[in-house]
Amino acid sequence: MKKTKQYITHYIKSFLLWELFVGLSVTLRYLFKKKITVQYPEEETPISPRFRGLLALRRYPNGEERCIACKLCEAVCPALAITIEAQPREDGQRRTTLYEIDMFKCINCGFCEESCPVDSIVVTPIQHYHMENRGENIMTKEKLLAIGDMYEERLAADREQDASYR
Amino acid sequence: MSDGILMLVWIVIKILAIVLPLILAVAYLTYAERKVIGYIQGRIGPNRVGFCGLLQPIADVVKLLLKEVIMPQQANKTLFVIAPMISLVTALAAWAVIPFEQGMVLSNINAGLLYVFAISSLGVYGILIAGWASNSKYAMLGALRSAAQTISYEIAMGFALVGVLLAAGTMNMQAIVLAQQGSLLNWFFIPLLPLFMVFWIAGIAETNRAPFDLAEGESEIVAGFHVEYSGAGFALFFLAEYASMILISFLLALFFLGGWLSPFAGIPLLNDFFAWVPGIFWLFLKVGFFLFVYLWIRATFPRYRYDQLMRLGWKVLIPVTIVWIPVVGLMVVAELPPWF
Repeated sequence: MKKTKQYITHYIKSFLLWELFVGLSVTLRYLFKKKITVQYPEEETPISPRFRGLLALRRYPNGEERCIACKLCEAVCPALAITIEAQPREDGQRRTTLYEIDMFKCINCGFCEESCPVDSIVVTPIQHYHMENRGENIMTKEKLLAIGDMYEERLAADREQDASYR
Repeated sequence: MSDGILMLVWIVIKILAIVLPLILAVAYLTYAERKVIGYIQGRIGPNRVGFCGLLQPIADVVKLLLKEVIMPQQANKTLFVIAPMISLVTALAAWAVIPFEQGMVLSNINAGLLYVFAISSLGVYGILIAGWASNSKYAMLGALRSAAQTISYEIAMGFALVGVLLAAGTMNMQAIVLAQQGSLLNWFFIPLLPLFMVFWIAGIAETNRAPFDLAEGESEIVAGFHVEYSGAGFALFFLAEYASMILISFLLALFFLGGWLSPFAGIPLLNDFFAWVPGIFWLFLKVGFFLFVYLWIRATFPRYRYDQLMRLGWKVLIPVTIVWIPVVGLMVVAELPPWF
């Protein structure tokens, strides 16, 4: 008896195209929903403060560069992208004379930032960059410091926000 | 003599007045399709070329026409060239008897319904010849599928038209619309509801649109019958497909939804209020609705499997029509108000 009833309801339902109308109503609802497209060049998706983009070297607020040439980042870099040479400065402090990162080798793992005892080398949220000539892939110390100076506010804010998880 | 020439010129003007807007409508139907399907999928569709992407179809047409025409080496050259033309000609020829309003028709023949049915069935030859002449296995499979499908659904469609014929008592397209005069309740979609649905479904199958687009079936046979076509030939197939979509929508509106008749006729106040609206507006409104449903269905349903397609055609749609035709006959004989 139950089976016959099921059979009959199924028959009636399929003749009334019931399931099809249910499907159509779903798509109709989607027709009026908010669209999720991000119109790329004009709009960008929000970036996490942990985003690992281009690298930069930071300075202390008094303008002194943070890096003390401990070479931990050079040691930890899995892609061997970092080259450091160091010498004592005139005032006797240990500083780098050469700090280069090959962006072709860099795999944006962020280990360098994690290993840095003075928060000098950091990853920035910069995701769009390109090279036009040979050699531009080598980020020199000057370039890295310049990027750090340019983005200092943002970098400090991102680290502040993430501080409790570090 | 000059009368004859004048007549000829007048007919050509009338043909252009139908075909040019039709081609424009096809172009913007593709735009509407991309927009509607995009919206349903949570995207926004084309919006870069021109305001809101309104020039996108024009850009597409220019691209297609400027493309190189590639012909497979082993193809049958003559048939390969003729096939898209057959498709397009059959898709356009049926428009000769479509009335847009009382008296607004290119050729008011008495066998209009038969003519439309015959011409729309001829469209399959374009697809068949294209598939065969391409000398490609995918094209061949697509063409065979398309032929079997069109023949199966034509029967159901023909039976549905028999119902319309019985109800209207005439094959003249204008007279069929006029037979539905009165009010919204006099339209044929109420007494012929099962036939209306059958005609609708068969119409979608007849134009090889999703979910009946087995002839294209891009997931299994690449693009079906038109794999080997590029550029202008492809554009013609495209044009033919969309023109027949619009044609089927017109037929649905004319046969079942009272064509150019106002939906407010017979309602005292509203009828007077909408009296100034030309009938052609109502017709286009109904056609627009059917076209939207075409796109809506495409965005909703997955493609039928081949055996399911045949089962639906032969074991569901045809029996439904066969049952309903006698019912319509009885209703006509009994002169059931308000329709007959």
